[in-house]
Amino acid sequence: MPHPLKHALAAALAVTVMLAGGIRADAAPKVAHFTLANGLEVVVIPDHRTPVVTHMVWYRVGAADETPGKTGLAHFLEHLMFKGTEKNPQGLFSQTVSNIGGQENAFTSSDYTGYFQRTAREHLKMLMEFEADRMTGLVLTDDVVKPELQVVLEEQNMRVANNPAARLSEQMEASLFLNHPYRRPIIGWRQEIENLTREDALEFYKRFYTPNNAVLIVAGDVTAEQVKKLAEETYGKVKRVTEIKPRLRPQEPVQVAARTVTFADPRVAQPSVQRYYLVPSYTSAKPGESEALEILAHILGRGSNSRLYDKLVVDKGIAVNAGAGYSGSALDDTRLYISGTPKPGTSLAQLEDAIDAVIAEVAQNGVTADELARAKTRLIADAVYAQDSQGTLARWYGAALTTGGTIEQVQGWPDRLKAVTTEQVRDAARHWLDKRRSVTGYLVKDTQTVEKRP
Amino acid sequence: MNANMSSLLWGALALIATALVPQHASATKIESIRTPAGIEVWLVRDPTVPLVAINFGFRGGSAQDPPDKGGTANMMASLLDEGAGEVDAKAFHERLERAAIELSFTAGRDTLRGSVRTLKENQDEAFELLRLAMNEPRFEQDAVERIRAQIVSRLRRQSTNPNEIASRAWWETAFPGHPYGRPGNGTVESVAKITAADMRAFLKRVLTRDTLKIGVVGDVDAAGIARLIDRAFGTLPAKGNLTPIPEATIQGVGRRILVDLDVPQTVVTFGGPGVKRSDPDFMPAYLMDHVLGGGSFSSRLYHEVREKRGLAYGVSDNLLWLYHAAVHIGGTATRNDATKDTIDVIDAEVARMAQEGPTADELDKAKTYLKGSFALGLDTSTKISNQLVSMQLDNLGIEYIDKRSALIDAVTLEDTKRMAKRLLEGGMLVTVVGRPQGVAAK
Repeated sequence: MPHPLKHALAAALAVTVMLAGGIRADAAPKVAHFTLANGLEVVVIPDHRTPVVTHMVWYRVGAADETPGKTGLAHFLEHLMFKGTEKNPQGLFSQTVSNIGGQENAFTSSDYTGYFQRTAREHLKMLMEFEADRMTGLVLTDDVVKPELQVVLEEQNMRVANNPAARLSEQMEASLFLNHPYRRPIIGWRQEIENLTREDALEFYKRFYTPNNAVLIVAGDVTAEQVKKLAEETYGKVKRVTEIKPRLRPQEPVQVAARTVTFADPRVAQPSVQRYYLVPSYTSAKPGESEALEILAHILGRGSNSRLYDKLVVDKGIAVNAGAGYSGSALDDTRLYISGTPKPGTSLAQLEDAIDAVIAEVAQNGVTADELARAKTRLIADAVYAQDSQGTLARWYGAALTTGGTIEQVQGWPDRLKAVTTEQVRDAARHWLDKRRSVTGYLVKDTQTVEKRP
Repeated sequence: MNANMSSLLWGALALIATALVPQHASATKIESIRTPAGIEVWLVRDPTVPLVAINFGFRGGSAQDPPDKGGTANMMASLLDEGAGEVDAKAFHERLERAAIELSFTAGRDTLRGSVRTLKENQDEAFELLRLAMNEPRFEQDAVERIRAQIVSRLRRQSTNPNEIASRAWWETAFPGHPYGRPGNGTVESVAKITAADMRAFLKRVLTRDTLKIGVVGDVDAAGIARLIDRAFGTLPAKGNLTPIPEATIQGVGRRILVDLDVPQTVVTFGGPGVKRSDPDFMPAYLMDHVLGGGSFSSRLYHEVREKRGLAYGVSDNLLWLYHAAVHIGGTATRNDATKDTIDVIDAEVARMAQEGPTADELDKAKTYLKGSFALGLDTSTKISNQLVSMQLDNLGIEYIDKRSALIDAVTLEDTKRMAKRLLEGGMLVTVVGRPQGVAAK
C-alpha cells in the first residue's frame, strides 16, 4: 500500500485532457463535478469501455502541511489508514477488496494524500461505504502503530538510504527551498520518523481528514447520476470534523545566491550532475507562464530531439544522457530540473558548462517555430492518450483539484498550451532560468572527483 | 516473462497486476483476422478514443545472443529507431515527435517485443516508421556508439545496486552455463564487443514472420489495419534461424549466497522451481503461489513479514515461466540486523506451505481474486494489445479469456497441495546482498 508518490512534485503536468486541435471533440469524456452538503467535492469521469471503476479519495494535505519536527507524518498516517475502524476492524477493508479481485493502494505527495481501489463496477457502493467510514472513524493502537513505523523506516531505507541518487535529490530539495516546507522529504527525515507516535498521527488525522477537505473521484463504467446517489448515501452521512484553514505556507524569499551540493558515495559508479531551478507552478504562476515553462522544459530536455540531448549527447558527444522536466503540479512555487550524465573523460564541470551554454542560447535567441509546433503536438497528444486510461484521468483531476486547480483549468490546458508563442518560451528561459534561483548537485564516488574550477 | 528483478519485487505492491491478464472482459471482443500477406492479427476494435495501439512479438530474445556477446538483442532493440532507410536518426526522431508517435522495442529473455501508439490520424506515418525501423535500420556508427555508451553507463550504475547484484547472482547460480544465467543486457565487457554486423545478423535471424504475433486495439477497421500490417511486416523474411536453447532445470536449490555490499538495507532474492505455462498443473501452481506471495496486501508472506512484524516494506513471490525453464522467484529488503529473522520467517512460511498447502478458505479467496482482477488488466488499449500478444506467445488460444474462469474454478485443494509440495519442498536458492548480521552462506 503506502507507496508515497516520491516524485509527486515531478508528476508532470497539472492537468489535461480533451481535444487538441484536429482531434475529435466527441472523444472527450463528459466530466461531472458537484459538491455534497458536507463539503465533499465529487468528480465523475465516465468510461464505459470496460465494466470496472477507479474509486479515489484525495485529501488536501501532504508533507508540506506537517508541523516542523514531525516530518514524515502525512505519509505515516497514510500507512496507518489501513489499520481499521471501530466498524471495520483491521484488515477487513483490504481483505474485502482482495476477495472481489480488486486492487488498492495509496500515495502521499507534498500537497496531497490519496487512497484508491479498482474493482468491477458493481462493488462501487461497498468501496464508498468503507472509504467513508475511515474518513473519520480510524482507530489506532500501539500494537499496530509500532510495527508499521518499522515498515516505514524500511521504506525509507529502500527508497533513500540505499540509493545514492535519491540521497542527492533529498539534499538538493532542502537546498532549493530555503524557507518553503517543500524542502522536507515526503517520507521524512529519519530521526523524526523514528519518533512519530500514535498520538501524532491521530492529531494530524483529526486536523485534516474531514469531508470538506477531500475530493472524491470516480472514473469508469458509471454515470454522474449513479455516483451522486451513492455518494449521498455513503459519504453524505459523514459529518464535518473541523473547518479547514487556508493553506498558507511560508514562501520563498527572493533568492540571491546559486547553491551547489555534492554527495559522495563509494557506490556511485556513474557520476551525474543535476540542476533544480525555483519556478512558478500551475497554481502560483501568472497566466500563460507555466504553459511556457512546460514547453520550455520539453524543448530543452524531453527525448532525443531536445536541445540538451542533441547538443550534448549527439553533437558534442560529451554526455551519455541529458534531459529536463517541469514539475508544474504543485500548490506553491516548484522546480524545473535538468540532468546530465557525462561520458567517461568528461568532467562534471565541463558538462555543466555545456548545459549552461544550451540554456544561454535559448535565453538569448529563443526557440524555433518548428520546435514550438512539435512540442505542442506532443504535449497535446498526451491529453488524448490520457483518455485511454481512466486511472490517468482520475490522477490528473485529483492532482489539479488538490493543488489549487479547477476542472476548467484541466480542460482548458490544451488551448492554453496552443496559445504559447516563441517569445514567451524565450522570456521564460531568460527570467526563470537564473542561477541565483537554483541549486546544482553533483553525484560522485568521492569528493576528489569534483575538480576545482579555476 | 521478463526477469527484471526490480519490477518483480515491487510490482505486486504497486497497482500493477502481475496476474497474467484479463478475464471478465465483456466489453472486449477479440477478432482474429488474416491479412492478404497471410499474417495473423488479433484485433479489438474500439472507437471510443481516436488512437491505435499495436503490440507485437517475435520468438528469440537475449537467450539468442552470441555467447560472448551478451546484450546483443537489447542493444539492437535500442537502435531500431536510430535511423532507417533514407531517414537519419535525427530526422527519424523528429518525424516521431511531429506526429506524437510512440515507438519502442524491448528484448526479453525469449522474445523481442515492440509497441506503437499513435493518434488515428497519424497511423499511416506510424506504420511507415515502423516498417523502416524493422526492415531497414541503419546501425550507423555514431548511433551505435551513442547507444553503447548509454547501455554501459546503465550497467555501471547497476554494478553497485543491491537489487541488481542479488538478481544477477540468483540467475547466474540458478542457470550456470545456460543463456538464462547471463544478464540480458550483457556486461561492460560483452557490450564492448558488439558490432553493427552482429546486430544485423540478429535482426535477420529473429525479426521474421514465422514467429510473429500481433495485437491491435483502437479505432480501426479490419481492412485498413490489414493493409497497414502488411506494409510494415509483409517484407520481413518468412523464416527465422533460431539457435536451439537447451531445456534447463534450476540449480543451486538449498544454497544461500552472500555478497558483501556496504548498504544499510540488505536485499534478498529467493526462489526455486516453477511450472511452465504449458504445464497442465500451471493453474494450481499459480493459485498456490498467489496465496504464498502474490496479490497486493493479502499473501502469507506479506502478512508474516510486513504486517505482523514490520520487517520489510515489500515482500512477494511470483511464478516466472520461460520457454525452456520455469521458476518461482521473490524478494524482500530489510535492515541488516533483521535479515536473519526475515529469512527465517520466509523459510518457515515456504516450508509450511510445502507441507500443508493452502487452506480451503485461502484457495477460495485466491480464486475470486484472480477471476475478478482480470478485467483490471484490460482497461487501456495498450494493456489490451500487450495482453493479446502475450496470450499468443504463450499459446493460450483466442478463446482463453472465455475459458479462464472455468480453468481457475476447476482447481482443487488437492491440486494446490500437490503443487506446493512439488515446487517448495526442496527449499530455495537465496542470494543476500548487504551487511547482514548472523546470516551464513550455505
